[in-house]
This record gives sequence, structure tokens and C-alpha cells, in this order.
Amino acid sequence: MIQFRPIYVICLREFKKFFREKSRLLGTLARPVLWLFVVGNGMNSLIRPQVGFSYLQFIFPGMIGMTILFSSIFSSISIVWDREFGFMKEMLVAPISRVSIVIGKAISGTFISVAQAVIIMVLIPFLGIHLTVLQFIEVVLVSILVSFCITSLGILIAARLTSFDGFNIIMNFLVMPMLFLSGAMYPVTSLPTALRYLTHVNPLTYGIDAFKHVLLRNSAPPLGPEFPLAVDLLVVTILAFIMIILAALSFRQKE
Amino acid sequence: MSIISVNNLTKKFKTLTAVDGVSFSVNEGEVFGFLGPNGAGKTTTINILCTLHLPTGGEASIAGYDCVKRPDEVRSSIGLIFQDTTLDTGLTAYENLKFHAYLYNLDRKLTEKRIDEMLSVVELTNRKHDLIKNFSGGMKRRLEIARGLLHYPRVLFLDEPTLGLDPQTRNTIWDFITTLRKQEKITVFMTTHYMEEAENCDRIAIMDHGKIIALDTPENLKRLVHGDTIHLVTEDNEKACAEIAKTFDILCHAENGGLFIETEKGEEFIPRLIHSLSIQVKSVNLRKPTLNDVFLKLTGRTIRDDVLSDDKEVTREFVRSHRRAQR
Ligand SMILES: Nc1ncnc2c1ncn2[C@@H]1O[C@H](COP(=O)(O)OP(=O)(O)OP(=O)(O)O)[C@@H](O)[C@H]1O
Ligand SMILES: [Mg+2]
Repeated sequence: MIQFRPIYVICLREFKKFFREKSRLLGTLARPVLWLFVVGNGMNSLIRPQVGFSYLQFIFPGMIGMTILFSSIFSSISIVWDREFGFMKEMLVAPISRVSIVIGKAISGTFISVAQAVIIMVLIPFLGIHLTVLQFIEVVLVSILVSFCITSLGILIAARLTSFDGFNIIMNFLVMPMLFLSGAMYPVTSLPTALRYLTHVNPLTYGIDAFKHVLLRNSAPPLGPEFPLAVDLLVVTILAFIMIILAALSFRQKE
Repeated sequence: MSIISVNNLTKKFKTLTAVDGVSFSVNEGEVFGFLGPNGAGKTTTINILCTLHLPTGGEASIAGYDCVKRPDEVRSSIGLIFQDTTLDTGLTAYENLKFHAYLYNLDRKLTEKRIDEMLSVVELTNRKHDLIKNFSGGMKRRLEIARGLLHYPRVLFLDEPTLGLDPQTRNTIWDFITTLRKQEKITVFMTTHYMEEAENCDRIAIMDHGKIIALDTPENLKRLVHGDTIHLVTEDNEKACAEIAKTFDILCHAENGGLFIETEKGEEFIPRLIHSLSIQVKSVNLRKPTLNDVFLKLTGRTIRDDVLSDDKEVTREFVRSHRRAQR
């Protein structure tokens, strides 16, 4: 069912293309940098630090989450590109299982997202945040989990998208709400109940909460983490499994 | 021994029946052609054979494996060149081939050798590490043929292999297909709506509206049409038709604003024909029987509207010199 050579070569293709397309790397990195330095600095002067850290420091976990969100969705949407430009057929008529294609896409998407999260952490010295080696490793580990979960969600969506027209709808009605209702930019504890409920079914909320555990260790809600770390990790892991299984299933249907 | 056998195959898309109870078999080593106009159901048939689509009814098998029940075995036995290109334009020629080799689990030691071998057959060795983005249409096609054969398939499917290519490139592609076929000892299944190409096949199935309306060798099919066809356009076709019927005792039928006349030895008949007519002739065109005439005979339509365009220049020249002679 799971074939390693096809998975390996599907990943290899994605990495090659990722490093060749410089504009894509720039695009996903520009967004958090813009937030941190432009919006972040603007807000910094507006909001007085209450608990010993700045707004910049507060949104940093969220910015890692945002980088992963956009990068993962972008990687998985490449399936729609592949279908549009015909390359998907090359994979679909090969003697490999659909599950191998899905896993190949999920693993490559995960690695690309984690790589970008690591690049974002290079900015840390400019933000006045101190990070230990252990914290760095913890961020990477959580990134792997969150990236895998969101890439799988993206594949599940991409398997059902038949054209590019659907992409804008996904961006506006799924990705942006996921970002705004995740606690990445502001504490979500004060939101109205209906929206609070939405934050609780948003996988990104738990991912970013886990990042807050690592990066804003000693602060309490509303600025610090909302759930216990174990809950965050458990929810993301379970969702990752559900997503990848659903993605594989939706890929198996054919006309 | 038949390597492809198809029995009463049907495919419905909602209310549209794209393939309608098709049956045929292809012998090992044969070049088998599917000829038909746009929307005839050629690609849909290939899609079922290559396991991309499930049939609505009927059976199909390749190399003894059922296309629905044993898709993996079928996929390993076939190579495909789709109607639209399926190369990754962001990768190099070598990378596209290597990707393919890994998907088909080609022996590791063999891979590099086989890639070089196939690249040299399609004369792309010096473009090995170039991005597909910078390839011409003909080069892409050649690379796809190399890729389709990389894993030693037993049947090669070519869906409109030369569509959109200029005549010269078309010929080159055909040379490759003929060479490769001898070298690799494979069965070729191809679709086309170019008549000239269909002539290269051992056997042809003519498809229209999802059905096979004739299946035979090109020679036998052409025997369905008797003699040569003259295509005549005059100032008054109706009157001309009546005159021809009276003078030569031949029936002609009107189509596409002209007259079609079937006759033996057309080149000798044309001068007599034009002299006998009292009506001004606008153009005259002689065609030896082609598969298009077969198609016309079977369906009452031409396969492509512009089928005469290649001969237009010749026709004009003929009319001009004829007028000069008259003066
Ligand atoms: N996925 C699909 N959904 C709905 N209808 C389809 C689908 N694929 C093909 N058809 C329809 O089935 C019919 C046959 O199409 P097909 O592509 O097999 O024709 P074709 O003989 O390959 O034509 P062409 O020479 O243009 O390639 C067409 O009317 C087409 O619109
Ligand atoms: Mg077609």
C-alpha cells in the first residue's frame, strides 16, 4: 500500500521545485516579516506592555503559525496545479497507490513548512527575544506536527477542488478565518461566544497555543497559552491523523 | 494473440454516452488506430483502458489483466502519451524521466542507462539537463514518447501524438514511432484525426458518436469507396450536376458548396469534364481515395471541415492555367 520509492521521488520533486521558485519562498516569508516589523511595531507603540513583554513578542508564536499555515496550504494546493497542467495524470496512471501520492505530498509539504518556520526564527535576535537551544528544538518538533496536520487538511481540500476558481474561496473563507480565529494576532479569550466556539474547532488554535507554551512559557491567559500543552499536542496529533486518512480516502475516488 | 480486448464497453457521463458498446481486439505487435472526429469518444476509451476512468458497462483487458479488477498490473504493462502534455515544465528532461523510473520501480542500476538510451533515440541527449519550459512542442512530444517507453511497456498508447505540430515535426515523430516499434517490439494503440497518419496503421477502427462504424486495414477500408473523387465548384452547381448527369451518365452529390463526382482515372476525366460544361468552373480538385472518403461514405460527413485546405493551392493553380488555355 505504501511504496517508499514513489514517496521519495514525489518529495524530491517538490523540494527541487520549491528551491527553484524563489518567488514562492519570498512570498511566504514576506508576510510574517511585514506583520512583525510594520504592524507589530505600530501596535507596539499603541499597546503598553502589561506583563513584561511587547506586542512583537506576543505575536511571534502566531507568526510561526501563520508561516506554517500559508506554506502548508500552498504546498497542498500544488495538487490543483498538477491536475490543471496534466502532471497528475502521470502519477495517476503509474502503478503506485493513491495513498503513496497523498503521503508523498504530505511529507514534502511538511518539510517545506518546517524549513520556513526555521527561517522565520532567524529573525528572533531582531525582536529582543532570547531562545535556548531546547526551545528551538521544541519549536521545530511542534512545527512538524502542525505542518503535517494543515498540509493534510490542504490535500483534503485540493482533492475536491476542480479548478483554480475554488482557490480564492478557500483563501477567503477558510485560510483567513483560520488565521484570525487562532489567537495569532490578538488574544481570543475576549471574543463573543459564537466566535470563541469557532476558535475551538480551529486546528491552528492548538498549534499556536503549543508555540506559546514554548515561547511565552511563564505568562498566563489572555496573552499566554490557553490550554495545557498536552491537550494542544493531543488535539493536533489526532486531527493530523483524521485529516491524512480523509485526504487519502478522497483521493481514491474516481469517475 | 490479442493483447488488448474490449467487449461491449460503455461510458456514460450523466446523460451523454461517450462510448457506446464498443468491442474490438488488438493483436500483439500491431499498430492499431482509432480514427474519428472531435468528441467521438477516442480519449474516453483510452482513459478507461489506462484505468483513469471506470467504465459504465462492458469489459476491457490488457495483457490478460482486467482494467477494473487489476489496475496495477495493467498500469505496469502500458506506456502513455496523452493528448495534452503531462510533463512537469519546472523540471529538466532528466528529472522528468527519473521521476517516471522511480514511479515504475525501474531497476536502480538500469535507470541511468535506460534514460540515456531513450534520450538518444529521440535525439534529446544534448538537452538532458534543460528545463522543459524551454522546450518546443515537438521536443516535448519526443520526450513524452521516450518517457512512455522508459519502463518497457508492452502496449504504448498515443492519443493524438502529433496534434498541433507542423507537418515536418509530425513526420519526425512518426519516424521515431516506427523505429521504436521495431526496436522495442511493442504494440501501438493510437488515436488521430489526421487521415495521412491513420494510413500508417495496420488496422483502423473508425469511430463516430461513441460507436465503431468500421474496422479493417486501410486498404480494405478504401475499397469501400470506388475509384477517384473529383471535387468541383462552379458558378451554378445544380445546373452543372444536371449537365454532368446528361453527358456522362454519372451521379454527383452536392456537399460543402461543391460537387463530389466518383470516377475511375480522374486525371483523364477532368479535361473532358471541364470542356463539356457550359458553366464557368471555379475550382476543381482530384483526390485519390483516402480514409476521409471512407468516413464520408459511412457517415455522410467529412471528418474535418478544412480537409481540403492542403490542396487549395494546387486547385487555384489548375484553374488559373486552365483559364489561360481557354483564352
Ligand atoms: N469528464 C467528462 N465529463 C463529461 N463529459 C465528458 C468527459 N470527458 C469527455 N466527455 C465527453 O465525452 C465525449 C467524448 O469525448 P472524448 O474526449 O473521448 O472525444 P475524442 O474522440 O477524444 O475527441 P478529440 O478528437 O476532440 O480528442 C465528448 O462529447 C466529451 O464532451
Ligand atoms: Mg481526444
